[in-house]
Amino acid sequence: MEVSESTSNLAEGKGEKTSESTDPRKNFNYPLVKYCDMLDEMKLEVVDLVVTALERHQGNYEGAAKSVKETMDKKYGNSWHSVVGEGFGFEITHEVKNLLYMFFGGNIGVLLWKAL
Amino acid sequence: MYQQRTAQPISETATSKKTFVDVNRDEDDDWLPKELQKPPNQCQLTEQELDEEFTRILNANNPLAPQNIARYNFKEKTFKCSPNVDHLVVHLDISGYLTFKNDVEEKPIKPVQDENNATETEEKATNTEGNSEENKNTETTTEQGTSTEGNPENAEQPPAPAPAPVPEQEQDDNNAANNSKNPFNFSERALQTFNNLSRETSTNTEPPPKNTFSDTVTQWAIFDEYVKDLAQKEKANKEKAKPAFGAKNKGDDHTFELPVENHVEDVYYRDPELKMSIRKIERMTNQNTHDEITQDFKYWDDVADEVKGLKNSNARLLPLWKFVYKKEKKKHVTALCWNPCLSDFFVVGYGSYNFSKQGPGLIACFTLKNPSYPEFVYNTNSGVMCLDFYEKTPSLIAVGMYDGTVAVYDLARKSELPLYKSSTKTGKHTDPVWEVKWQKDDLYEHPNFFSISSDGKIIQWTLLKNELKKMDIIILRSDKELSIKTEDPKKIETENEDENIRALIEKENNEDVAFDYASGSCFDFNLQDDNVFVVGTEEGNIFKCSTSYNKQYLMTYEGHQMAIYCTKYNKFHPRIFLSASADWTIKLWDHDYDKPIITFDLNSPVSSIEWSPYSSTIFAAVTNEGKVYIFELNEKKYEPVCEQQIVKKAKLTHIRFNKYEPILLVGDDKGNIYSLKLPPSLRKHSKEPRDEMQKLEKIILITSGRMPQNN
Repeated sequence: MEVSESTSNLAEGKGEKTSESTDPRKNFNYPLVKYCDMLDEMKLEVVDLVVTALERHQGNYEGAAKSVKETMDKKYGNSWHSVVGEGFGFEITHEVKNLLYMFFGGNIGVLLWKAL
Repeated sequence: MYQQRTAQPISETATSKKTFVDVNRDEDDDWLPKELQKPPNQCQLTEQELDEEFTRILNANNPLAPQNIARYNFKEKTFKCSPNVDHLVVHLDISGYLTFKNDVEEKPIKPVQDENNATETEEKATNTEGNSEENKNTETTTEQGTSTEGNPENAEQPPAPAPAPVPEQEQDDNNAANNSKNPFNFSERALQTFNNLSRETSTNTEPPPKNTFSDTVTQWAIFDEYVKDLAQKEKANKEKAKPAFGAKNKGDDHTFELPVENHVEDVYYRDPELKMSIRKIERMTNQNTHDEITQDFKYWDDVADEVKGLKNSNARLLPLWKFVYKKEKKKHVTALCWNPCLSDFFVVGYGSYNFSKQGPGLIACFTLKNPSYPEFVYNTNSGVMCLDFYEKTPSLIAVGMYDGTVAVYDLARKSELPLYKSSTKTGKHTDPVWEVKWQKDDLYEHPNFFSISSDGKIIQWTLLKNELKKMDIIILRSDKELSIKTEDPKKIETENEDENIRALIEKENNEDVAFDYASGSCFDFNLQDDNVFVVGTEEGNIFKCSTSYNKQYLMTYEGHQMAIYCTKYNKFHPRIFLSASADWTIKLWDHDYDKPIITFDLNSPVSSIEWSPYSSTIFAAVTNEGKVYIFELNEKKYEPVCEQQIVKKAKLTHIRFNKYEPILLVGDDKGNIYSLKLPPSLRKHSKEPRDEMQKLEKIILITSGRMPQNN
């Protein structure tokens, strides 16, 4: 199963903002794990995996989501789902110790979970 | 196989043989006449003819066999005449069971062998007869035939029975005979066992644990999250000048950990069923540890006490459980009250009588079943000074505190907070509340209680739906002119009332009226008349007041030199009350007379007294020395029947009788509560309450030497 979502870039006003001298988003180019109930070892690996996929498929969220999902399916068994996007809401049911919710690059939200 | 011969000689030989046989038989059977029987058409031959020799040749050729069989030869592809003609003809074929004697495979068993022998001998016998050459020939030919069997050229002939089955069958028989002892009844039996029914069982494995998670991803949420994270990291960096990466990871781990397991434990403790069973087990362990005391409480009675009686000996109280709330060891027991419904349940108020050492107070509810820990605990901001259970709803407790507030706690509520509480806004006492007492519900059936404080006010508090309504009942004044000194209270109402009120108004107009207040310390309501109550003051005066007159006293009793700690009406006699004072004395009064009837001197300040609930003549008192005194006026009028040291180096502050059990509760100023068992001699009482009253009345009349009044 594949869940992926991509939205077009948000407001155009962004460009103006970036031109300001102190743009805090310059420092946002690292992964920020918002919530994760995986084991530490797995978490490190998965975060790494997500970051690589996002960097490889820059601007192509669908591709990134697909690649993350497929890699996870191979590594940790079937039924992984992945959402990559700039704005979305969700309510999911996931297997415990198999959920990662993180942000990347200041504008991308990534949700990765294993369904039952 | 055919014998080639003429018909005649055969018949001849046949007949000749017959004659021989006949002769032989005749020889055996002697009794028969020896006579040759001859067929009538027998030819008569001469000797010569008889001696004549005939030569005959027997050959094994089949006269009917075809002489010119031609077969197609596939090899040469021509018809060919076959030279060999089969002369074998089988007329009869019976498979036998005879075997060769020297056959290696055969191990013929005895009976069979015997049979064989028998047949062989028979054959031999027939052979020895000599005159049937044909027989012999046929035998040999058959043997030859069987031996030459298997010859491929005998294709036309039906295959002769194979010799193989014969020995096989025989072998089977032999084996059977060898194995079973009885070859005749032998039979094989077989049984089919039941096949088990096939069954299907299946189980469901537990699904893996799952969780739901929801959130909304928005740009601003991501932005905020990053800002927060950066701020956190900066903070961490400031605290520890370490590289950001490691610190960040650590911080992350911390913030996103789920403290699930901690909550689970809490949930278990909140489970009411578990709570209940834990409470039960606690009580059981307590019962085990205090087993001796429980036995004493239930069964032990001082035998000596019964025998000697009260006049000769000092009755002894049996100490039972000791109740301590460990956290409150430094506080004084300032109030004690039994629950009016449950015989084992009481409430204790903790506070301090020391003016300079005031602190927060505590209300603890104990049961006799669990001396180690209270059932309920309520913390109060100010020291608790007094308590009273509401009789109609025994979960309600009225509480008076050192800071002048009164509150009502409900044990049935789960909240730690009071149900009602007076505040400066709604009105309260300005000095410590020394005593609270529930009274009968008012006309609208609102519960209400009275409180007395050092500020000289007695206030009635009514529990309305959502507030505590305050009503000043009386303001005590030390001004003696106000109190009516006449012995007839009726006079007040008629003649002096107006004057008094006028004087009062004048007084109030004076500025120094504020210093005129008398500070009340205790009060008790009359048994019969709900309006009448006696008030003890710190100055040593006792006033009889009525709720109907809020400015004047019905009577003033002067006798004590120091502060009054306790006033109590008798539980059976409506006019008799006791007062305990710091001047070491207890005085017994009739509320119609201003002089005490009896004065008891206990050599130490008396902090509390209590009439027994079942006898009109028994009362108990505790002193600052740590002694408990019990008086039985029926036995000794001026001396206590029991004087017992309960604690050393501590003051006893309160004493209470239990309504249902022979138990006294005593509290001291170190936070301990002692329970004492009354000896049987102090438990006697009459069946009728009226008898009790008369008993006391009699004693008082004798003592005071007055004439009885009509009651």
